[in-house]
Amino acid sequence: MGDSNNKMSGARALIECLYREGVDTVFGYPGGAVLPIYDELYSSSIKHILVRHEQSAAHAADGYARATGKTGVCIATSGPGATNLVTGIATAYMDSVPIVAITGQVPSPMIGNDAFQEANITGITLPITKHNYLVQDVADLPRIVKEAFHIASTGRPGPVLIDLPKDITTDEIEFYYPESVELRSYKPTYKGNIQQIKKAADEISKSSQPVIYAGGGIICSNASDELLEFAENASIPVTTTLTGMGAFPGDHTLYLGMLGMHGTKYANYAIQEADLLIAVGVRFDDRVTGKIESFAPNAKIVHIDIDPAEISKNLKVNIPIVGDAKWVLKALTKVIKQNNTQNWINKIDEWKRKYPLHYMTDMSLKPQYIIEQIYEACNDAIIVTEVGQHQMWAAQYYKYNHPRTFLTSGGLGTMGYGFPAAIGAKVGMPDKTVFDIAGDGSFQMNSHELATVVSHNIPVIIAILNNGYLGMVRQWQELFFERRYSSTCIKDSVDFVKLAEAYGALGIRVDKPEDVRPAIEKAIASKRPTLIDFIVECEENVSPMVPAGAAINEILDLEVKK
Amino acid sequence: MKHTLAVLVENKHGVLTRVAGLFSRRGYNIDSLAVGVTEDPSISRMTIVVRGDDQVLEQVVKQLNKLIDVIRVTDIESGESVGRELTLIKVAADVNNRSEIIQIVDIFRARIVDVSAKSLIIEVTGDEDKIKAIEKLLKPFGIKELARTGKIALTRGSKKV
Ligand SMILES: Cc1ncc(C[n+]2csc(CCOP(=O)(O)OP(=O)(O)O)c2C)c(N)n1
Ligand SMILES: [Mg+2]
Repeated sequence: MGDSNNKMSGARALIECLYREGVDTVFGYPGGAVLPIYDELYSSSIKHILVRHEQSAAHAADGYARATGKTGVCIATSGPGATNLVTGIATAYMDSVPIVAITGQVPSPMIGNDAFQEANITGITLPITKHNYLVQDVADLPRIVKEAFHIASTGRPGPVLIDLPKDITTDEIEFYYPESVELRSYKPTYKGNIQQIKKAADEISKSSQPVIYAGGGIICSNASDELLEFAENASIPVTTTLTGMGAFPGDHTLYLGMLGMHGTKYANYAIQEADLLIAVGVRFDDRVTGKIESFAPNAKIVHIDIDPAEISKNLKVNIPIVGDAKWVLKALTKVIKQNNTQNWINKIDEWKRKYPLHYMTDMSLKPQYIIEQIYEACNDAIIVTEVGQHQMWAAQYYKYNHPRTFLTSGGLGTMGYGFPAAIGAKVGMPDKTVFDIAGDGSFQMNSHELATVVSHNIPVIIAILNNGYLGMVRQWQELFFERRYSSTCIKDSVDFVKLAEAYGALGIRVDKPEDVRPAIEKAIASKRPTLIDFIVECEENVSPMVPAGAAINEILDLEVKK
Repeated sequence: MKHTLAVLVENKHGVLTRVAGLFSRRGYNIDSLAVGVTEDPSISRMTIVVRGDDQVLEQVVKQLNKLIDVIRVTDIESGESVGRELTLIKVAADVNNRSEIIQIVDIFRARIVDVSAKSLIIEVTGDEDKIKAIEKLLKPFGIKELARTGKIALTRGSKKV
């Protein structure tokens, strides 16, 4: 029965597809090429969060995805709208975050003619998306949306972009949503090879000094429970990467904290003395390994990852296992035998006692203290960060006991990520207290989103660790460029409290340690978007630190100053 | 080390860009790339000759496999495959040396596909060594233009990639 009542425009069909994918919220910004889509959004039940810059739409979709585990969605118009998404898409790509970005495009017949607001966004985003599509026929739209969500969220997750020419959104289609995806060329491996898993179990039973090095892959695969069970059953200490924070309980006795450049000394020492390294959902990033030739020099390496291309990319491994972390860890836990690691754990505990994370406490307001106080006040918050020193302190001094509670731009290191990502996290998890731990530099990259949180009443708490510097860069200048602070002093940029108030948010300034806790309590109680401007010690350094190019056990204390 | 990769891909627009982009951004060296549709019109076959040690090759294959539009990647070993390349060579020729050139063409089982007063176009198929050899012999006459297709290859016997 040919043309039934299922006929609709491409724009309407897009919204219909989003419903079918269970999308409840999209983050976006309108423009000419997406007018038909916005017209459909107007009467739809999907919530649209209007940001103030498209970069934030992508970061918010990313924060939403990391906090909820669902795929985040952002929309932008053609040309500048689309190019503004680029940093957000690249950020999601580097940290394997599932988002679907929808961009408007000039009408099909005008593509390639340098039409008004035309940009080749599929070309631009080729190296920073898992896949992308230019829709050429409205009949393909439902299949493409279905595939986009499937590709974004399965295997190693990542961003997928759909470029929609304006004429496609007004063309008519007989709507039909496919039930399944058929991609002959895309079949991620979830189940690990049993022989390899047995080999790994053998190595575990032979090992007396094993370490688990766990990363963001654990969180992507929702494998935290399996990791905990495996580590406890085999009595193996666990260190996590920056994006792996929360994959293992932060207060567990087997936990070593973060490893790498600003990791704990004991995590780094453990790696360097380990005879077996079980790497799960990690990619041997240079910020983790330091000088790669001397990383874990005595260890056999088991590498579990869903992406075969990560195996032996940076470092040759002995036992690769391609598969989903959750599946593989479960299988591995079943076949491991008892092994005795007590001496090893004792040795590590000794390091923990001897070399704890520490900072100098005096009368001044220390950034590390603020993070500790946030933890004391609220130990089950979602902590989102910007990029810089404050990011490292947030990783070091807050204990993350659950996955999806620490959201940070690890791979790309994007300043300006935190605030919009916090918006996405709060929208996705409204019952959680969400903090953006910010630097005074980073916050200014997307501070205009104060308008978004106020107009949509999204009560995130922005905690600026205001040191008057692009602190992380200043730290490197202090250490490696004879304190020549070239373009890193940003003191007195703006009165952040007044800025917050100008947008209608609550602003609080704190410059004394005793005022820290009350300010945090007040922000939480206010249930309003709140900015706390913490005026902190301006030349505090992140410690300990592995100098670039050194082995990770060549880790130095930096705080001795003045 | 040179490797010949047979890469089966979806016959869709933009796929060549994805593959070429991958090689350039990851710094892999392509010697040649030939592409055409296969017996199944929805699939194209790319034959890529790439240079690198085993570790590089392993990464190239894995990264290619990660592209959604890549269906299969096979490293074709030289002993078990037939590889060919087509080259067109326009060489300067006049009445005085034409017969000498024709002799060379015959020896290589190449063909003359165009004749004019001052030049000939020679079509030669073969493996890389053969093409190099004829090119070398024709050089003294003056090669005016040369176009190569890049290598294509199939595995021997009934085995498919
Ligand atoms: C978009 C972007 N530009 C530049 C950098 C380089 N960078 C890394 S940390 C940093 C300083 C950050 O300053 P701030 O936000 O005040 O944080 P702090 O280090 O002072 O805590 C800079 C400029 C970056 N990571 N991202
Ligand atoms: Mg700063």
